[in-house]
Amino acid sequence: MTRDEIKDMILEIIEDIDEDAEFDGLDADKPLRDQLDLDSMDFLDIVMELRKRHKLQIPEEEYPELATLTSCVNYLEPKLKEA
Amino acid sequence: MSIPPDSSRIVITGVGLTAPGGSNTLAEFRQQVLAGRSGITTLDLRYMDPAPAGLCDFPETQYRKKKENKRGTRSGCIGVYCAGEALADAGIDFSEYDRSRTGVYIGLTEHGTVETENEVYNISGFDYNVDYWTHHHNPRTVLNNPAGEITMNLGVTGPHYSVGAACAAGNAALIQGCQMLRLGEVDFALCGGISECTGSFGIFASFRAQGALAENNDPTMASRPFDRDRNGIVISEGGCVFTLERLDKALARGARIYGEIAGHAMNSDARDFVLPYGPRQAECIRLALDRAGLAPADITIINTHATGTRQGDVEECKALREVFADCPGTRVNNTKSLIGHAMGAAGVLELAANLPAFTDNQVHATINLDNLDPDCALPGLVAGEPEELSNVDTILNTSFGMVGINSVVIVKRFVAK
Repeated sequence: MTRDEIKDMILEIIEDIDEDAEFDGLDADKPLRDQLDLDSMDFLDIVMELRKRHKLQIPEEEYPELATLTSCVNYLEPKLKEA
Repeated sequence: MSIPPDSSRIVITGVGLTAPGGSNTLAEFRQQVLAGRSGITTLDLRYMDPAPAGLCDFPETQYRKKKENKRGTRSGCIGVYCAGEALADAGIDFSEYDRSRTGVYIGLTEHGTVETENEVYNISGFDYNVDYWTHHHNPRTVLNNPAGEITMNLGVTGPHYSVGAACAAGNAALIQGCQMLRLGEVDFALCGGISECTGSFGIFASFRAQGALAENNDPTMASRPFDRDRNGIVISEGGCVFTLERLDKALARGARIYGEIAGHAMNSDARDFVLPYGPRQAECIRLALDRAGLAPADITIINTHATGTRQGDVEECKALREVFADCPGTRVNNTKSLIGHAMGAAGVLELAANLPAFTDNQVHATINLDNLDPDCALPGLVAGEPEELSNVDTILNTSFGMVGINSVVIVKRFVAK
């Protein structure tokens, strides 16, 4: 997957969690939780969806890598290179 | 009989509900039951043939976002809607009562069955690898779930919990609310019952295995308590939440009063896992009458529990025949014939279906009663068409459940004294 495809996938997963999520003006380098109505359970939903879609097992200590959209893409890009 | 002080008299001041057949307000529900319109349809079920069922269609996002409905349970979704509607109906915005002095008591027949079945089904798509089991499972399946979802939605910080009492649970929660108000534990109570049972194939399959699941080519004819051709229960979802207040405060704020809780009782058969027992039901009815200071003949409407099973209906009729042996003015009806068996919501939904009788003087009919079972022939049974009375003073609601639990609630027309 390309970086853009990964970004779109993350936004699609978030939209599936909260269809009212507003992405206009979203700063890719700021924490998603500060900008969207997301809490820790929602982050676990993202982790679960990545597991379901791509069999990705993300260790708990690496959850902080999913904090911002940019960090998500950076973290997932090598893992989803072949996807 | 001495009249208790207004601070210990408990009144119903608001009703929020959703019932099978598209009734989402008390007025719509009353219209449905007076019209004799069945709310039963056919439901496709996982792993088994379709079955008749009562399904609700209400504005699920009226009181909370879709995101919260996705995270929570169907029970929570129904509960939040019913609680929001009950508050609006009662005209309460928490300027009248402190949220920390408000209690939420919700009756449930069961909880967690639907969520567990769904999750097992989910991991079946992943070769039963539990890495795919949802982190939402525990908060969804704790037994206080729907009551807790209501408190989160309303910011209520007083006590909340579920009352598990099989199909007597709605009444049990109503009784719990009364008791907590009388004890002074809370100043305001939201109480009622909820059923999400239609989401569980296992509940249908278990009733079928017992030979107690209704079948009929026409789902609207499937729920037929007291009829010779009845063949079981129609499972329904639904919810009903009442606002309960002490009379003195209700009067002080000028609340509309639907009725006063006159008496209530619960007891146990202590006999059998599933079979009901008329003599104990009769004891429960007598206990509620005694506590209400009423004689059997003082009851205007008996709203029966009968579910459409062969033995259950007959046992209840035996109990009623014994207690109400000489009560020519008493009428008997059954709401499940219209909406099926809403399990934990049954007692309160069925009571709600009858509450407006205090103002319109109508007794809604039992439908699908085409060939009365002689063993269910009760004097005063209202069938086919509603009956108008000169006055409705009291409603006695029965709700009984598995493992031998009985409940009776008596509501009387409010008369200030």
